[in-house]
Amino acid sequence: MSAVLDTHGKAHDGHGDHDDHGHHTPTGFMRWVTTTNHKDIGTMYLWFSFAMFLFGGVMAMVIRAELFQPGMQIVTPEFFNSMTTYHGLIMVFGAIMPAFVGFANWQIPMMIGAPDMAFPRMNNWSFWLLPPAAILLVASFLVPGGGAGVGWTMYAPLTTQMGPGMDLTIFAVHILGMSSIMGSINIITTILNLRAPGMTLMKMPLFVWTWLITAYLLVASMPVLAGAVTMTLTDRHFGTSFFNAAGGGDPVLYQHIFWFFGHPEVYIIAIPAFGVISQVIPAFSRKPLFGYASMVYATSSIAILSFMVWAHHMYVVGMPVAGQLYFMYATMLIAVPTGVKVFNWVATMWKGSLTFETPMLFALGFLFLFTLGGFTGLVLAMTVVDVQLQDTYYVVAHFHYVMVAGALFSAYAGVYFWFPKWTGKMYDETLGKWHFWLSIIFFNLTFFVQHFLGLAGMPRRIPDYSLQFAEFNQISSIGAFGFGISQLLFLYIIIKAIRSGEKAPQLPWDGADTLEWTHLPTPAPYHTFENPPTVK
Amino acid sequence: MSNATPTHNYYLPEPAAYPVIGSVGILLLLGGFAMWFNDVALGPWSSLAGLLVLVYMMVLWFGKVIGESEGGLYTKRVDVSYRWSMSWFIFSEVMFFAGFFGALFYARLYSVPELSSIDHKLLWPDFNPAWPSAGPGAEANFTPMGAWGVPAINTLLLLTSGVTLTIAHFGLLANNRGKLNLWLGLTILLGITFLGFQAYEYSHAYSELNLKLTSGIYGTTFYMLTGFHGFHVTIGTIMLIVIWFRCLKGHFKPDHHFAFEGVAWYWHFVDVVWLFLFIFVYWL
Amino acid sequence: MMKKIGGMAGAMLLSLYAGASSAAWQLNLTTGATKSTQVIYDLHNLMMWIILVIFVGVFGVMFYSVYAHRKSVGHKADQFHENTTVELIWTIVPFFILIAMAWPATKALIDLRDTSNPDMTVKVTGYQWKWGYDYLKGEGEGISFVSQLSTPQAQIYGTEAKGENYLLETDRHLVVPVGKKIRVLTTASDVIHAWYVPAFGVKQDAIPGFVRDTWFRAEKEGIYRGQCAELCGKDHGFMPIVVEVVSAEKFSAWAGEQKKAMAAAADDPDKKWELADLKARGEKVYAANCVACHQANGQGIKGTFPGLDGGKITTGPVKGHIDQVLNGKAGTAMAAFGKQLSDTEIAAVVTYERNSWGNKTGTVVQPSDVKAMRK
Ligand code: HEA
Ligand code: HEA
Ligand code: HEC
Ligand code: CUA
Ligand SMILES: [Cu+2]
Repeated sequence: MSAVLDTHGKAHDGHGDHDDHGHHTPTGFMRWVTTTNHKDIGTMYLWFSFAMFLFGGVMAMVIRAELFQPGMQIVTPEFFNSMTTYHGLIMVFGAIMPAFVGFANWQIPMMIGAPDMAFPRMNNWSFWLLPPAAILLVASFLVPGGGAGVGWTMYAPLTTQMGPGMDLTIFAVHILGMSSIMGSINIITTILNLRAPGMTLMKMPLFVWTWLITAYLLVASMPVLAGAVTMTLTDRHFGTSFFNAAGGGDPVLYQHIFWFFGHPEVYIIAIPAFGVISQVIPAFSRKPLFGYASMVYATSSIAILSFMVWAHHMYVVGMPVAGQLYFMYATMLIAVPTGVKVFNWVATMWKGSLTFETPMLFALGFLFLFTLGGFTGLVLAMTVVDVQLQDTYYVVAHFHYVMVAGALFSAYAGVYFWFPKWTGKMYDETLGKWHFWLSIIFFNLTFFVQHFLGLAGMPRRIPDYSLQFAEFNQISSIGAFGFGISQLLFLYIIIKAIRSGEKAPQLPWDGADTLEWTHLPTPAPYHTFENPPTVK
Repeated sequence: MSNATPTHNYYLPEPAAYPVIGSVGILLLLGGFAMWFNDVALGPWSSLAGLLVLVYMMVLWFGKVIGESEGGLYTKRVDVSYRWSMSWFIFSEVMFFAGFFGALFYARLYSVPELSSIDHKLLWPDFNPAWPSAGPGAEANFTPMGAWGVPAINTLLLLTSGVTLTIAHFGLLANNRGKLNLWLGLTILLGITFLGFQAYEYSHAYSELNLKLTSGIYGTTFYMLTGFHGFHVTIGTIMLIVIWFRCLKGHFKPDHHFAFEGVAWYWHFVDVVWLFLFIFVYWL
Repeated sequence: MMKKIGGMAGAMLLSLYAGASSAAWQLNLTTGATKSTQVIYDLHNLMMWIILVIFVGVFGVMFYSVYAHRKSVGHKADQFHENTTVELIWTIVPFFILIAMAWPATKALIDLRDTSNPDMTVKVTGYQWKWGYDYLKGEGEGISFVSQLSTPQAQIYGTEAKGENYLLETDRHLVVPVGKKIRVLTTASDVIHAWYVPAFGVKQDAIPGFVRDTWFRAEKEGIYRGQCAELCGKDHGFMPIVVEVVSAEKFSAWAGEQKKAMAAAADDPDKKWELADLKARGEKVYAANCVACHQANGQGIKGTFPGLDGGKITTGPVKGHIDQVLNGKAGTAMAAFGKQLSDTEIAAVVTYERNSWGNKTGTVVQPSDVKAMRK
């Protein structure tokens, strides 16, 4: 039977009756195109997402350069709007989400003792759908009218005014949705069906739990987004009236549908980040995660609540007061389970034996700044306060705290943490620390001052502003350039480590205790757990 | 689940080029649509090419999967994977339809009545919000689609097809191949008849009722909901046909036929969606 | 670098000292000119205090742990990993903290959303990219005008020094009396805009085809500025709002003047115009309404807004041209100007377009031609 579990490479032990293709394992480029190995696919996801991050980051630099001082200097207003739009879309769908899918691919099979993902070929397709989507997004800049300047939220009816770039963007979103849904189904199936004997649900590493929950969020919310953009498409080209009052529709309907997807989406970004942090903090505290069970319950409650709070993005569209009150209360409630998570992390550190290598530094940066971002979220949840702050830079500050200092920092923590396991090499610890300190300083310089801009009333998505906002914008832009350049340091660290990093010890972090550390050699071989371990 | 059997008999496929072929197909198809909708001459051709590539990919990929399945490579464990994945896939489809039903309910319960409220007299002084509505900006010069003609027949057709499919399934379970092939064939006929009626209904609506996709929110929701459903019936029918040919070739065993069950689940799902359509789009 | 950061931190402290009165370096919400803003300001401050306390508490513990439980000082790890009591406490306590926040927030919301019994009602319409104001009820009823950015392009593109109210100045101000409850109805003609005046604590989306409402009661006379706060296309950043709050007497005087001016400015719709006069008038209309998209040189913006110089419609049959301006083109940024512009203005702008740049049709469109085409 062993020929069945082996994939290519070792799949000829005399049976040979079933796979004639197994004899020529593709090499070079074709290896990556046709691979069905979860580690290869994970690697591709991670590189793709980093490329997209640079791409989206350059757009952010264009935004910050234009906003460096009052007046229009560099780009036209239309182009500025498309920068904002694609910066948001690419960072969310191209950088952060694929990054965590990359982690899922690498880690989930290793952490639950599975030989691979449940559907390796579909796994490959989930990844290889991303490049066509990226091509469509880039193409939208090249068609007449250029990229759509509608914001990543793509509100109707502004979308009906856009050129062909809008259609390309809509189709890109369709493809990204397909990719996410297939990827999530794969992850759910793997987790539910391929755990090693003895690996009960409540023994799974928390990272696996968070992905189970995230995958559920994705399957439930991505189709709704697909529906929303499809309605946009038919409103644009086939004369339907979903978002057109004259025909009995309502532009606000779009917002309801979008945010029904959009709010779970922000937790799709946050929850795997929680998972990574829940692996890193115990490892460097040399102490088990505090409150494992309550972490699971808290994460699940966040996921369930996330479907019931969407209209907190719509406090100023003119909902009835009862609706506003309901959404305010429901939104505030999310602070409870999120708080549980924060407290558990702190309690995990309490009386531990702490060391502060780069992954831990990023995890602490996450903890500190994500919580800050969560608090500003709570401020925004107060309907009357949000009336002053909605669509101002306060919101921009809020979500960069939770998404950059939250999700991105946690992804960095994860990369530094698992890099030795993946490659068998160590990164340069000193440079890693530099990367962290530069990032955290410039990050705050960029985004902290944006709170003040928002409080003083600077609207977001504007290419030019009045004079009273000049100083803080300048600071923010300087911070942004610094932050951007610091991220190139990360690229350097990774390339240096791959090329000439020192050999990693079997267990580089003494507190790490999940299967990939305890049951597998470092670096992890191409095929792992062909015979599942038994978990006590 | 906890003390499940070891995974060492889980089939893992070797590298495959189907996915990337599919990606090329998707790119051509959707890129083609984008060109087509903006009157670029290449559009339809690109879409056609994309469609062909996708069909080619599916024939190859599914052919391979069928071969693997019949070759006995799929253990019970793999079977369980397929069950989970099909369930979650159908769940994602449920959410897709939920979005469109949400739009329908929103329009009927909220936006149309709201447009005739006191404040809105300012913009639309004499709008009558009775459903079916084409909205305040246009005259409602169409006749709505009644529920008790073709739609009722279609409901019967689909419900019957659910029954025939179940009979076929019993045939398969009892290893009665004749029964299986006959009733599965009947199910397909019912599906095709349904689609025929639907096509007739559309042409009737366009030519005689003046009910168009552009007829305000009523036309919009009517065609988009029934259209997406019809699209799903089409896919389901194709799946049934594939399964039928496999049955004719002697595939499936009483204890190993997930492909059949998966298609059956999908068909029942499409069936249930239709019931909701019948109630909320046609009837109420 | 450290020096720079130090300098900035110093500057921030200084500005704190200088107080919220100076517009630059403003660090908190405005206390504004209405009771609502004060309510919001207080609620926000309350939140900040609660958050600060929690923040210091949580991270006090964390940093203590970072300090005291380091491996480098030889701390050995305990192995405890759950404690039901503690976990219950920190689930329940935040819940009560939230209730403490929700209580004042609920009260504030219910008060602030009450738009009943206004002294005056003004309808605000968002256009790409300007605001239309119609005084619907109360003193000044019937006054109607359009207000748009008056900052010159030269300031925006840096060929001229920027003025004090750069980007926050308009040609016409919305004038309202002090101490009166003004109900604002918002709507839009093309895409969603949002009417946002921080000093009043008011932000309300303006949704095409729908009417939404909000209100304010300004307590202090003065000029208050705001901006459109919903992405509405190319010039979203360039559609400011200026509200002038004046005493009741001044308001009456202003309203009277407006009525007279409106009557005087009303064109005789049956007047026969000469080409030159019409073209001159049309140029003004064009500069006010069309230039944002089609540009002063009539070239438009490639791919987004068609050029009118040598365009099919602008040099084709007159009827098609009038129709385009009167009724717009559904599903594009080209709005129906029939509601915003009078027959004379439309006749003028069409004439202007047909006889400017390279266009030399020689057509003269009379107001009556436009009137004939109105439905
Ligand atoms: C990772 C992504 C992420 C996360 C995790 C969150 C988390 C939260 N967000 Fe955020 N949000 C975004 C991403 C995210 N958000 C984005 C992208 C937007 C803008 C979209 C756009 O318009 O483009 C947005 C916008 C946004 C708005 C709309 C603003 C507006 O446009 O007007 C609101 C309003 O309620 C909000 C609220 C919240 C709340 C209450 C949380 C909560 O989950 C936070 C909970 C956490 C804490 C509260 C801290 C830890 C808790 C404790 C230590 C316990 C004790 C605390 C108390 C008892 C107070 N968010
Ligand atoms: C997870 C998602 C994510 C991430 C990581 C980021 C990262 C950054 N964002 Fe992002 N942002 C969003 C999600 C994200 N953003 C979203 C959803 C919006 C809303 C969009 C909308 O309104 O529709 C938004 C909007 C937004 C705005 C508001 C725009 C507007 O309203 O008009 C601004 C302005 O400062 C901004 C800045 C930045 C900066 C400086 C970074 C930096 O962290 C980026 C740093 C990275 C790099 C710079 C790349 C690496 C460096 C190089 C390749 C070398 C070249 C560098 C130099 C020349 C210096 N973002
Ligand atoms: C918000 C942007 C915008 C403004 C303001 C605007 N237009 Fe347009 N205009 C457009 C767009 C977009 C089109 C193209 C519509 C289409 O796709 O057919 C257009 C098309 C036209 C055309 C037809 C051109 C052709 O050859 O197809 C004319 C004539 C015209 N506009 C006149 C005017 C006049 C007169 C005004 C001012 C009173 C004006 N426009 C203001 C955006 C605008
Ligand atoms: Cu109008 Cu933004
Ligand atoms: Cu949200």
